[in-house]
Amino acid sequence: MTTMHRRRVLKGMMGGAAVTVGLPILDCLLNESGTAFAATGKELPTRFVTWFWGLGLGEQNWVPKETGAKYELPPQLQSLKPIQHKLNLFSGGQVFLDGQANNTHFTGVQGHMTGKVASAAEYFGSVDTLIGDVIGKGTRFRSLEVSCDGDPKACWSARMDSGKLSAEVSPLALYTRIFGPEFKDPNAAEFVPDPAVMVRRSALSAVSEERKDLMQNLGAADKAKLDNYFTALRSLEQKLDIQLQKPEPLPACSKPKAPDEEKEVSTLAVDAMARHNLFAQLIAHALACGQTRVANLSITQGMSGLRKEGEPSNHHTYTHEEPIDPVLGYQPKAAWFQMLYMKGLYDFAMAMDGIQEGDKTLLDRSILYAYTDHGAPRLHSVRNYPFVLLGSANGRMKTGLHVADPGGAATRVGFTAMQAMGVPLNSWGVNSNHVSSPLSDVLV
Amino acid sequence: MKTLNRVTLKRALAVGISLAGIAAGYQVFAADEAKPAATEQPTSLRISPSQYRQSITDIFGSSIAITGRFEPETRDEGLMAVGARTANVSDSGLERYDDLARGIALQVVDERHRATLISCKPANAKAADEACARKFITETGRLLYRRPLKEDEIQNQIKVAGDSADKVHDFYAGLSTSLSTMLVSPNFLFRYKVVEADPAHAGQKRMDSLTKAHQLSFLLWNAGPDDKLIEAAVKGELQNKAGLQRQVDRMVSSPRLEAGVRAFFSDMLTFSDFEVMSKDPAFFPRYTLKVKDESQEQTLRTIVDHVVKRQGDYRDLFTTRNTFLTRSLAALYDVPLVETTDNGQPMHWQPYTYGENDPRAGILAQASFVALHSPAGRTSPTGRGKALREAILCQMVPPPPGNVDFKFVQDTTNPVYKTTRDRLTAHRSEAMCAGCHKITDPIGLALENFDSSGGFRTTENGVQIDTTGDLSGVKFDGPIGLSKAIHDDPATVACVAKRAFAFGAGRSPTTNSDDWKQIERGFKDSNYNFVTLLRQIALSDMFYAVPTQTVAAK
Repeated sequence: MTTMHRRRVLKGMMGGAAVTVGLPILDCLLNESGTAFAATGKELPTRFVTWFWGLGLGEQNWVPKETGAKYELPPQLQSLKPIQHKLNLFSGGQVFLDGQANNTHFTGVQGHMTGKVASAAEYFGSVDTLIGDVIGKGTRFRSLEVSCDGDPKACWSARMDSGKLSAEVSPLALYTRIFGPEFKDPNAAEFVPDPAVMVRRSALSAVSEERKDLMQNLGAADKAKLDNYFTALRSLEQKLDIQLQKPEPLPACSKPKAPDEEKEVSTLAVDAMARHNLFAQLIAHALACGQTRVANLSITQGMSGLRKEGEPSNHHTYTHEEPIDPVLGYQPKAAWFQMLYMKGLYDFAMAMDGIQEGDKTLLDRSILYAYTDHGAPRLHSVRNYPFVLLGSANGRMKTGLHVADPGGAATRVGFTAMQAMGVPLNSWGVNSNHVSSPLSDVLV
Repeated sequence: MKTLNRVTLKRALAVGISLAGIAAGYQVFAADEAKPAATEQPTSLRISPSQYRQSITDIFGSSIAITGRFEPETRDEGLMAVGARTANVSDSGLERYDDLARGIALQVVDERHRATLISCKPANAKAADEACARKFITETGRLLYRRPLKEDEIQNQIKVAGDSADKVHDFYAGLSTSLSTMLVSPNFLFRYKVVEADPAHAGQKRMDSLTKAHQLSFLLWNAGPDDKLIEAAVKGELQNKAGLQRQVDRMVSSPRLEAGVRAFFSDMLTFSDFEVMSKDPAFFPRYTLKVKDESQEQTLRTIVDHVVKRQGDYRDLFTTRNTFLTRSLAALYDVPLVETTDNGQPMHWQPYTYGENDPRAGILAQASFVALHSPAGRTSPTGRGKALREAILCQMVPPPPGNVDFKFVQDTTNPVYKTTRDRLTAHRSEAMCAGCHKITDPIGLALENFDSSGGFRTTENGVQIDTTGDLSGVKFDGPIGLSKAIHDDPATVACVAKRAFAFGAGRSPTTNSDDWKQIERGFKDSNYNFVTLLRQIALSDMFYAVPTQTVAAK
């Protein structure tokens, strides 16, 4: 637990950089340069957020001609222009099918998110969970998952030992889960452990005691399934344990405003993006308040069913059915959705960039990892995947670059992010998607 | 493109499937024949949200509110009930179960409910009371875990209740902690299949009596066994034909059967997809949230009335002119409805019979089918045809290839291709698309009289809609013709039988066995009485056959 001395307060204030509007006293908890906690010298935490949009960015036209720092952002990414210096754009990578069928909207993501192309039943160990195992220990939630179109299955996060996680679809429910009555403000002066939480915590051990009895006669597959249950039970116990301890103060933590009650789920893209922006605020605040270090957002499943108001067809239908405009070189109606999503990505990044933590913003301390299910949308291709990575992972990643890797394995992008996040892997992926060298241009 | 080998061809022919698809290089095949038998499947089943709700209602009554969200389900072999085999509990899922459990437990012990739901009183409400806690835990735990609790389990729970009561000086708070713990236990959330040595066949195993009991009750009631069934199981009565028959007869005539039938058809007709379905109010102002809910209820009421109350022929569900309507549904379908009874009492749901010449009949003409399987702003004969093949006939339609040119389908302003049929026909002229669309479109196009919301229409872009089509070689015109073709197709009855079995067993039946043929014969002999089908499944040996991977004998 950190105690506060007057001297340290002064020191912190003299340090200058750390003293920002609104929270001067708490910034004293950081060291002079605002890079670490003063008491422990521990670096401020690194965070990882994945952000999924369906159906790619367009045909070839989104790939900038130049690589490196001096490149023009393509039309689809124009809304990210103000923070071009904080992002890297990756192009050219592909997912190798190695003889497996391209199960559209699935196989590609399976390949670059888990490193392995296999049957639909096999989806284990996504990039975010491998990173979470390194950076996410000891927080109230191992990770948070949300989807913006009302579909709880729109989620690509899966641990090594279980299937895909399900997503929260309601901003109000997410708010209540994080900032409801069980939330302990890390900056509160007083901390009193809640007796009701203590009671629950010890009661759960009665469930743990059932484990041996249940396990003893099960076959392997049922054992694995039950193991998953007990993993979840341990997470719940850990969550309660954390609620019983005084949290480490976090200077940038503040409680966001509670979202309004939900409207009915609609398939309108603008409604989904409104929900997206609520999620962006909640996730940014949850990260700043130390509730989790990993979050996963999906706008939709790959087959986006979102529509523009007054139009009968949805985004996915347009990618199949809309002719490519010979002058523009892409499908204009489908592009409307791509641009809307990219504006959302900008809004998400700004929700993180608006939170100052010492000498850096929350975005600077993170990687916001935006990825999609297909390269060229009309063909539902698994080549030339666009990835947009924002933030510099606490200074471990250079930004402002376009990195082209034509024909390379798309798994290199995930592998590079894992390297920046400190995942101790020398290589990653299976068969042709196996990679052992990161895209070193962006690593510091 | 799929290659067609001799085995697949033989298989497709064996199950009597459309040759149109095969000729074009594609095949439809019976869905459960499509996959090789899995070797490492779990046999335990996570209880579904509807089973969870039904169990709580059966145990504690309908005044206990169950508020909160569940983990999503997955569909396998056409059913969520089969997908439950591979359904896990994730971190966030367990948090949700924990929230639900605490919400339920607090209500059960609150002042409004405790007198009826807790059959004893503590000596002192501000302290632990072992005797009363034991009574409650023993009685309630038995229904939740679907078996009598073992003494050490009871002891554990008494300790939880006691510790908690001592800490907060409230007996009922302690009981609530214990109850919420049981509600998040794998013993409640999962159904395990336990086997034992079969005394009649040396060296072989059989399902134990309590496992039979819950398999039976989830098939017929969509919830765990009641006290009488547990009692019969404990006495070993379910291991002999007469004892099993006594219980099946009792359960089939119980009012709880309706909940089971509703749950089964909701699953088979993929009603869970309503959660992520919406219509554009700009096009369909009558399709409100209320209509969305009521359209599902309309179909379930039609089904329960037909197959449970009237014990009618299952096939007639597709042709029946009887249904139930509310005022909002009547507005959607554009039929007149007076919302009062003869003596002037208001009536929310009204029986309604379509006239002889009305183009609407059967459950496929209801919004729960035609609207559910259409995109938000327009119809999709392909989507409807695919749903019909998969959900009603248990056939599988291969997914489309990735690189397809849909330019004809998209262009709704094309002066040549005015109707959806015209556009799809143009699209089908492309060889790579023809195969699959021959399987789906001729049946889907027959439903083109229903717009995306389920409303009736006869023209599209000013042109008369052509609703002719064919199903496995049988030609027809319009939705009535299609419903008759579905009625007469042998796949229709074969499908519902397979699905009903799988709904209870958590796996599809082995359809080439004598046992299965007997069940099918019995279904036919009863004039396709669905309740008789359930009864036969419940009495068959194959329903209780030991799954490939099971709990070993204790």
